[in-house]
Amino acid sequence: MTSSTTNRALWRGARDSLPFVFVAGPFGLLFGVVSSDAGLHVTETFFFSVSVFAGAAQFTALQLMQEHAPTLIVLISALAVNLRCAMYSAALTPHLGAAPMWQRAVGAFFIVDQSYALSIVEYENKPDMPLAEKWAYFTGTNVVIAPLWCCMTLLGSLVGAAIPESWSLDFAVPLAFTAIVAPMLRTPAHIAAAFVSVSVAILAAGVPHNLGLILAGLAGMITGAVVETEIERRTGRLI
Amino acid sequence: MTGTQDMTDTVLWTVIIGLALGSFALRFLFLGVVGDRPLPRWLLRCLRYTAVAILPALITPLVLWPKANGGETDPMKLAAAGVTFAVGYLTKQVLPAVLAGAATLIVPALLF
Repeated sequence: MTSSTTNRALWRGARDSLPFVFVAGPFGLLFGVVSSDAGLHVTETFFFSVSVFAGAAQFTALQLMQEHAPTLIVLISALAVNLRCAMYSAALTPHLGAAPMWQRAVGAFFIVDQSYALSIVEYENKPDMPLAEKWAYFTGTNVVIAPLWCCMTLLGSLVGAAIPESWSLDFAVPLAFTAIVAPMLRTPAHIAAAFVSVSVAILAAGVPHNLGLILAGLAGMITGAVVETEIERRTGRLI
Repeated sequence: MTGTQDMTDTVLWTVIIGLALGSFALRFLFLGVVGDRPLPRWLLRCLRYTAVAILPALITPLVLWPKANGGETDPMKLAAAGVTFAVGYLTKQVLPAVLAGAATLIVPALLF
Protein backbone atom coordinates (compact mmCIF):
# COMPACT_ATOMS: atom_id res chain seq x y z
CA MET A 1 0.00 0.00 0.00
CA THR A 2 1.37 3.40 -0.95
CA SER A 3 0.30 6.91 -0.05
CA SER A 4 -0.82 7.47 -3.63
CA THR A 5 -3.45 4.70 -3.48
CA THR A 6 -4.59 6.14 -0.14
CA ASN A 7 -4.85 9.56 -1.75
CA ARG A 8 -6.82 8.11 -4.61
CA ALA A 9 -9.28 6.55 -2.15
CA LEU A 10 -9.69 9.95 -0.49
CA TRP A 11 -10.47 11.66 -3.77
CA ARG A 12 -12.79 8.84 -4.85
CA GLY A 13 -14.75 9.35 -1.62
CA ALA A 14 -14.94 13.10 -2.23
CA ARG A 15 -16.07 12.60 -5.83
CA ASP A 16 -18.72 10.04 -4.87
CA SER A 17 -20.10 12.45 -2.28
CA LEU A 18 -20.75 15.24 -4.81
CA PRO A 19 -24.44 14.37 -5.47
CA PHE A 20 -25.04 14.97 -1.75
CA VAL A 21 -23.98 18.59 -2.25
CA PHE A 22 -27.52 19.12 -3.53
CA VAL A 23 -28.98 17.71 -0.30
CA ALA A 24 -26.64 19.06 2.37
CA GLY A 25 -26.36 22.52 0.75
CA PRO A 26 -30.07 23.44 0.58
CA PHE A 27 -30.83 21.81 3.94
CA GLY A 28 -27.98 23.61 5.68
CA LEU A 29 -29.30 26.86 4.21
CA LEU A 30 -32.84 26.02 5.33
CA PHE A 31 -31.70 25.16 8.86
CA GLY A 32 -29.94 28.51 9.08
CA VAL A 33 -32.98 30.42 7.82
CA VAL A 34 -35.47 28.54 10.04
CA SER A 35 -33.38 28.90 13.19
CA SER A 36 -32.87 32.58 12.51
CA ASP A 37 -36.67 32.81 12.14
CA ALA A 38 -37.02 31.03 15.50
CA GLY A 39 -34.91 33.73 17.13
CA LEU A 40 -31.50 32.03 17.31
CA HIS A 41 -28.42 34.21 16.87
CA VAL A 42 -25.91 33.49 14.13
CA THR A 43 -23.34 32.15 16.61
CA GLU A 44 -25.93 29.89 18.28
CA THR A 45 -27.04 28.46 14.94
CA PHE A 46 -23.48 27.91 13.75
CA PHE A 47 -22.42 26.23 17.00
CA PHE A 48 -25.57 24.07 16.84
CA SER A 49 -24.60 22.75 13.37
CA VAL A 50 -20.90 22.34 14.07
CA SER A 51 -21.31 20.53 17.40
CA VAL A 52 -24.37 18.36 16.70
CA PHE A 53 -23.73 17.81 12.97
CA ALA A 54 -27.01 16.00 12.27
CA GLY A 55 -29.59 17.82 10.16
CA ALA A 56 -32.75 15.85 10.89
CA ALA A 57 -32.10 15.84 14.66
CA GLN A 58 -31.37 19.59 14.59
CA PHE A 59 -34.66 20.33 12.79
CA THR A 60 -36.50 18.08 15.27
CA ALA A 61 -35.03 19.85 18.29
CA LEU A 62 -35.71 23.29 16.85
CA GLN A 63 -39.33 22.44 16.02
CA LEU A 64 -40.04 21.00 19.49
CA MET A 65 -38.37 23.94 21.25
CA GLN A 66 -40.68 26.27 19.33
CA GLU A 67 -43.63 24.18 20.51
CA HIS A 68 -42.34 24.63 24.09
CA ALA A 69 -41.97 20.91 24.60
CA PRO A 70 -40.19 19.98 27.87
CA THR A 71 -36.40 19.94 27.42
CA LEU A 72 -36.21 16.23 28.20
CA ILE A 73 -38.74 15.44 25.44
CA VAL A 74 -36.77 17.62 23.00
CA LEU A 75 -33.58 15.70 23.76
CA ILE A 76 -35.18 12.23 23.70
CA SER A 77 -36.97 12.90 20.39
CA ALA A 78 -33.96 14.41 18.62
CA LEU A 79 -31.67 11.65 19.87
CA ALA A 80 -34.21 9.04 18.75
CA VAL A 81 -34.01 10.53 15.26
CA ASN A 82 -30.24 10.07 15.53
CA LEU A 83 -30.37 6.46 16.77
CA ARG A 84 -29.81 5.36 13.19
CA CYS A 85 -26.26 6.74 13.53
CA ALA A 86 -25.67 4.04 16.17
CA MET A 87 -26.72 1.48 13.57
CA TYR A 88 -24.33 3.04 11.03
CA SER A 89 -21.58 2.94 13.67
CA ALA A 90 -22.25 -0.76 14.23
CA ALA A 91 -22.18 -1.48 10.50
CA LEU A 92 -18.90 0.38 9.96
CA THR A 93 -17.13 -1.19 12.94
CA PRO A 94 -16.02 -4.43 11.18
CA HIS A 95 -14.32 -2.23 8.53
CA LEU A 96 -12.90 0.63 10.59
CA GLY A 97 -12.69 -0.87 14.10
CA ALA A 98 -9.02 -1.86 13.90
CA ALA A 99 -7.84 1.78 13.82
CA PRO A 100 -6.34 3.54 16.87
CA MET A 101 -8.77 5.00 19.40
CA TRP A 102 -8.17 8.67 18.48
CA GLN A 103 -8.97 7.92 14.85
CA ARG A 104 -12.15 6.02 15.75
CA ALA A 105 -13.23 8.89 18.01
CA VAL A 106 -12.71 11.52 15.30
CA GLY A 107 -14.28 9.30 12.65
CA ALA A 108 -17.34 8.58 14.82
CA PHE A 109 -18.21 12.28 14.86
CA PHE A 110 -18.49 12.21 11.06
CA ILE A 111 -20.86 9.22 10.83
CA VAL A 112 -23.87 10.64 8.96
CA ASP A 113 -26.26 9.34 6.31
CA GLN A 114 -24.05 10.02 3.30
CA SER A 115 -20.68 8.96 4.76
CA TYR A 116 -22.19 5.68 5.98
CA ALA A 117 -24.15 4.93 2.80
CA LEU A 118 -21.23 5.62 0.44
CA SER A 119 -18.58 3.89 2.56
CA ILE A 120 -20.51 0.69 3.23
CA VAL A 121 -21.13 0.21 -0.50
CA GLU A 122 -17.46 0.85 -1.28
CA TYR A 123 -16.27 -1.61 1.41
CA GLU A 124 -18.65 -4.32 0.26
CA ASN A 125 -17.57 -3.88 -3.37
CA LYS A 126 -13.87 -3.97 -2.42
CA PRO A 127 -13.49 -6.35 0.53
CA ASP A 128 -9.68 -6.44 0.20
CA MET A 129 -9.27 -2.71 0.73
CA PRO A 130 -6.54 -2.03 3.35
CA LEU A 131 -7.54 -0.22 6.54
CA ALA A 132 -5.77 3.02 5.58
CA GLU A 133 -7.63 3.18 2.27
CA LYS A 134 -10.94 2.49 3.97
CA TRP A 135 -10.30 5.42 6.30
CA ALA A 136 -9.20 7.59 3.40
CA TYR A 137 -12.41 6.85 1.52
CA PHE A 138 -14.55 7.54 4.61
CA THR A 139 -12.70 10.82 5.15
CA GLY A 140 -13.21 11.69 1.49
CA THR A 141 -16.98 11.35 1.80
CA ASN A 142 -16.86 14.12 4.41
CA VAL A 143 -14.25 16.61 3.13
CA VAL A 144 -16.75 18.41 0.90
CA ILE A 145 -20.06 17.77 2.65
CA ALA A 146 -19.14 18.59 6.27
CA PRO A 147 -17.71 22.09 5.62
CA LEU A 148 -20.54 22.75 3.14
CA TRP A 149 -23.20 21.89 5.75
CA CYS A 150 -21.65 24.25 8.31
CA CYS A 151 -21.06 27.10 5.83
CA MET A 152 -24.57 26.90 4.35
CA THR A 153 -26.03 26.95 7.87
CA LEU A 154 -24.04 30.10 8.57
CA LEU A 155 -25.17 31.68 5.29
CA GLY A 156 -28.82 30.77 5.94
CA SER A 157 -28.60 32.27 9.40
CA LEU A 158 -27.16 35.52 8.00
CA VAL A 159 -29.72 35.93 5.19
CA GLY A 160 -32.58 34.57 7.34
CA ALA A 161 -32.87 37.76 9.35
CA ALA A 162 -33.40 39.69 6.09
CA ILE A 163 -36.24 37.47 4.84
CA PRO A 164 -39.60 39.26 5.21
CA GLU A 165 -42.24 37.69 7.46
CA SER A 166 -44.72 37.60 4.58
CA TRP A 167 -42.76 34.72 3.01
CA SER A 168 -44.19 32.47 5.73
CA LEU A 169 -41.51 29.86 6.14
CA ASP A 170 -43.60 27.96 8.69
CA PHE A 171 -44.33 25.17 6.25
CA ALA A 172 -40.73 24.71 5.06
CA VAL A 173 -39.89 22.34 7.93
CA PRO A 174 -42.79 19.87 7.42
CA LEU A 175 -42.06 19.85 3.67
CA ALA A 176 -38.34 19.27 4.22
CA PHE A 177 -39.05 16.42 6.66
CA THR A 178 -41.55 14.83 4.29
CA ALA A 179 -38.91 14.97 1.55
CA ILE A 180 -36.37 13.33 3.89
CA VAL A 181 -38.70 10.53 5.01
CA ALA A 182 -40.35 9.52 1.72
CA PRO A 183 -37.14 8.15 0.11
CA MET A 184 -36.42 6.19 3.33
CA LEU A 185 -39.50 4.00 2.78
CA ARG A 186 -37.62 1.29 0.89
CA THR A 187 -39.21 -1.87 2.33
CA PRO A 188 -42.69 -2.95 3.53
CA ALA A 189 -41.28 -2.83 7.08
CA HIS A 190 -40.29 0.84 6.69
CA ILE A 191 -43.71 1.67 5.21
CA ALA A 192 -45.52 -0.14 8.06
CA ALA A 193 -43.40 1.67 10.66
CA ALA A 194 -44.19 5.07 9.12
CA PHE A 195 -47.90 4.25 8.78
CA VAL A 196 -48.24 3.21 12.44
CA SER A 197 -46.22 6.25 13.49
CA VAL A 198 -48.61 8.62 11.65
CA SER A 199 -51.70 6.79 13.01
CA VAL A 200 -50.53 6.91 16.63
CA ALA A 201 -49.48 10.55 16.20
CA ILE A 202 -53.06 11.43 15.15
CA LEU A 203 -54.69 9.37 17.92
CA ALA A 204 -52.29 10.70 20.57
CA ALA A 205 -52.42 14.34 19.41
CA GLY A 206 -54.03 15.37 22.72
CA VAL A 207 -51.43 13.73 24.97
CA PRO A 208 -49.61 16.48 26.93
CA HIS A 209 -45.88 17.39 26.83
CA ASN A 210 -45.47 16.03 23.26
CA LEU A 211 -45.41 12.54 24.76
CA GLY A 212 -47.59 11.41 21.83
CA LEU A 213 -44.46 11.77 19.69
CA ILE A 214 -42.55 9.32 21.90
CA LEU A 215 -45.48 6.87 21.89
CA ALA A 216 -45.78 7.08 18.10
CA GLY A 217 -42.02 6.63 17.72
CA LEU A 218 -41.96 3.53 19.93
CA ALA A 219 -45.01 2.05 18.18
CA GLY A 220 -43.46 2.69 14.75
CA MET A 221 -40.10 1.23 15.75
CA ILE A 222 -41.65 -1.95 17.16
CA THR A 223 -43.85 -2.27 14.06
CA GLY A 224 -40.84 -2.01 11.75
CA ALA A 225 -38.90 -4.65 13.71
CA VAL A 226 -41.89 -7.03 13.90
CA VAL A 227 -42.74 -6.71 10.19
CA GLU A 228 -39.10 -7.28 9.25
CA THR A 229 -38.98 -10.42 11.42
CA GLU A 230 -42.22 -11.67 9.87
CA ILE A 231 -41.03 -11.07 6.29
CA GLU A 232 -37.77 -12.89 7.05
CA ARG A 233 -39.64 -15.81 8.57
CA ARG A 234 -41.89 -16.13 5.50
CA THR A 235 -39.34 -15.64 2.77
CA GLY A 236 -36.40 -17.19 4.60
CA ARG A 237 -34.04 -14.43 3.57
CA LEU A 238 -32.71 -11.23 5.01
CA ILE A 239 -33.94 -7.85 3.86
CA MET B 1 -36.46 38.41 13.83
CA THR B 2 -39.79 36.81 14.47
CA GLY B 3 -41.08 33.65 16.07
CA THR B 4 -40.46 32.41 19.55
CA GLN B 5 -38.50 34.96 21.52
CA ASP B 6 -39.22 33.18 24.79
CA MET B 7 -37.12 30.13 23.92
CA THR B 8 -34.70 30.82 26.76
CA ASP B 9 -30.93 30.68 26.43
CA THR B 10 -30.78 28.04 29.16
CA VAL B 11 -33.13 25.70 27.30
CA LEU B 12 -31.39 26.34 23.98
CA TRP B 13 -27.89 25.65 25.28
CA THR B 14 -29.02 22.64 27.31
CA VAL B 15 -30.49 21.18 24.13
CA ILE B 16 -27.47 22.04 21.94
CA ILE B 17 -24.92 20.62 24.38
CA GLY B 18 -27.06 17.60 25.31
CA LEU B 19 -27.68 16.83 21.67
CA ALA B 20 -24.01 17.27 20.74
CA LEU B 21 -22.85 14.89 23.49
CA GLY B 22 -25.71 12.43 22.93
CA SER B 23 -25.23 12.30 19.16
CA PHE B 24 -21.53 11.71 19.55
CA ALA B 25 -22.19 8.96 22.10
CA LEU B 26 -24.54 7.20 19.67
CA ARG B 27 -21.98 7.41 16.86
CA PHE B 28 -19.08 6.35 19.09
CA LEU B 29 -20.95 3.56 20.89
CA PHE B 30 -20.13 0.74 18.50
CA LEU B 31 -17.08 2.00 16.63
CA GLY B 32 -15.30 3.08 19.78
CA VAL B 33 -16.65 1.02 22.66
CA VAL B 34 -18.18 -2.21 21.42
CA GLY B 35 -15.53 -2.89 18.78
CA ASP B 36 -16.25 -5.70 16.36
CA ARG B 37 -18.03 -8.02 18.78
CA PRO B 38 -21.31 -9.27 17.24
CA LEU B 39 -24.50 -7.49 18.29
CA PRO B 40 -27.93 -8.91 19.00
CA ARG B 41 -30.03 -8.83 15.85
CA TRP B 42 -33.15 -7.48 17.57
CA LEU B 43 -31.18 -4.41 18.62
CA LEU B 44 -29.96 -3.60 15.11
CA ARG B 45 -33.48 -4.28 13.89
CA CYS B 46 -35.02 -1.66 16.18
CA LEU B 47 -32.28 0.90 15.41
CA ARG B 48 -33.05 0.55 11.70
CA TYR B 49 -36.59 1.88 12.12
CA THR B 50 -36.10 4.78 14.53
CA ALA B 51 -35.95 7.54 11.91
CA VAL B 52 -38.99 6.35 9.94
CA ALA B 53 -40.86 5.95 13.24
CA ILE B 54 -40.13 9.36 14.80
CA LEU B 55 -40.08 11.73 11.82
CA PRO B 56 -43.58 10.91 10.43
CA ALA B 57 -45.03 11.40 13.93
CA LEU B 58 -43.32 14.77 14.13
CA ILE B 59 -44.58 15.90 10.70
CA THR B 60 -48.19 14.69 11.00
CA PRO B 61 -49.58 17.42 13.29
CA LEU B 62 -47.59 20.12 11.45
CA VAL B 63 -49.19 19.08 8.15
CA LEU B 64 -52.72 18.42 9.45
CA TRP B 65 -53.08 21.33 11.85
CA PRO B 66 -50.58 24.07 10.85
CA LYS B 67 -50.06 26.74 13.54
CA ALA B 68 -49.96 29.60 10.99
CA ASN B 69 -53.58 28.72 10.10
CA GLY B 70 -54.63 28.70 13.76
CA GLY B 71 -54.63 24.90 13.79
CA GLU B 72 -57.16 24.67 10.93
CA THR B 73 -56.44 22.17 8.15
CA ASP B 74 -55.24 23.97 5.01
CA PRO B 75 -56.01 22.13 1.73
CA MET B 76 -53.10 23.82 -0.06
CA LYS B 77 -50.59 22.73 2.56
CA LEU B 78 -52.06 19.25 2.61
CA ALA B 79 -51.68 19.07 -1.18
CA ALA B 80 -48.10 20.38 -1.00
CA ALA B 81 -47.19 17.72 1.58
CA GLY B 82 -48.88 15.05 -0.58
CA VAL B 83 -46.92 16.08 -3.67
CA THR B 84 -43.65 16.19 -1.69
CA PHE B 85 -44.29 12.69 -0.37
CA ALA B 86 -45.26 11.26 -3.76
CA VAL B 87 -42.24 12.72 -5.57
CA GLY B 88 -39.88 11.70 -2.76
CA TYR B 89 -41.24 8.17 -2.65
CA LEU B 90 -41.14 7.68 -6.43
CA THR B 91 -37.79 9.34 -7.19
CA LYS B 92 -36.09 8.33 -3.88
CA GLN B 93 -34.53 11.79 -3.95
CA VAL B 94 -34.89 14.59 -1.45
CA LEU B 95 -34.35 17.72 -3.52
CA PRO B 96 -36.89 17.11 -6.36
CA ALA B 97 -39.44 16.25 -3.64
CA VAL B 98 -38.98 19.46 -1.71
CA LEU B 99 -38.97 21.58 -4.89
CA ALA B 100 -42.19 19.96 -6.16
CA GLY B 101 -43.85 20.51 -2.79
CA ALA B 102 -42.75 24.14 -2.59
CA ALA B 103 -43.99 24.74 -6.16
CA THR B 104 -47.41 23.29 -5.24
CA LEU B 105 -47.63 25.82 -2.42
CA ILE B 106 -46.18 28.86 -4.19
CA VAL B 107 -47.29 28.68 -7.84
CA PRO B 108 -51.09 28.88 -7.23
CA ALA B 109 -50.50 31.76 -4.79
CA LEU B 110 -48.65 33.68 -7.53
CA LEU B 111 -51.22 32.89 -10.24
CA PHE B 112 -54.42 33.75 -8.40
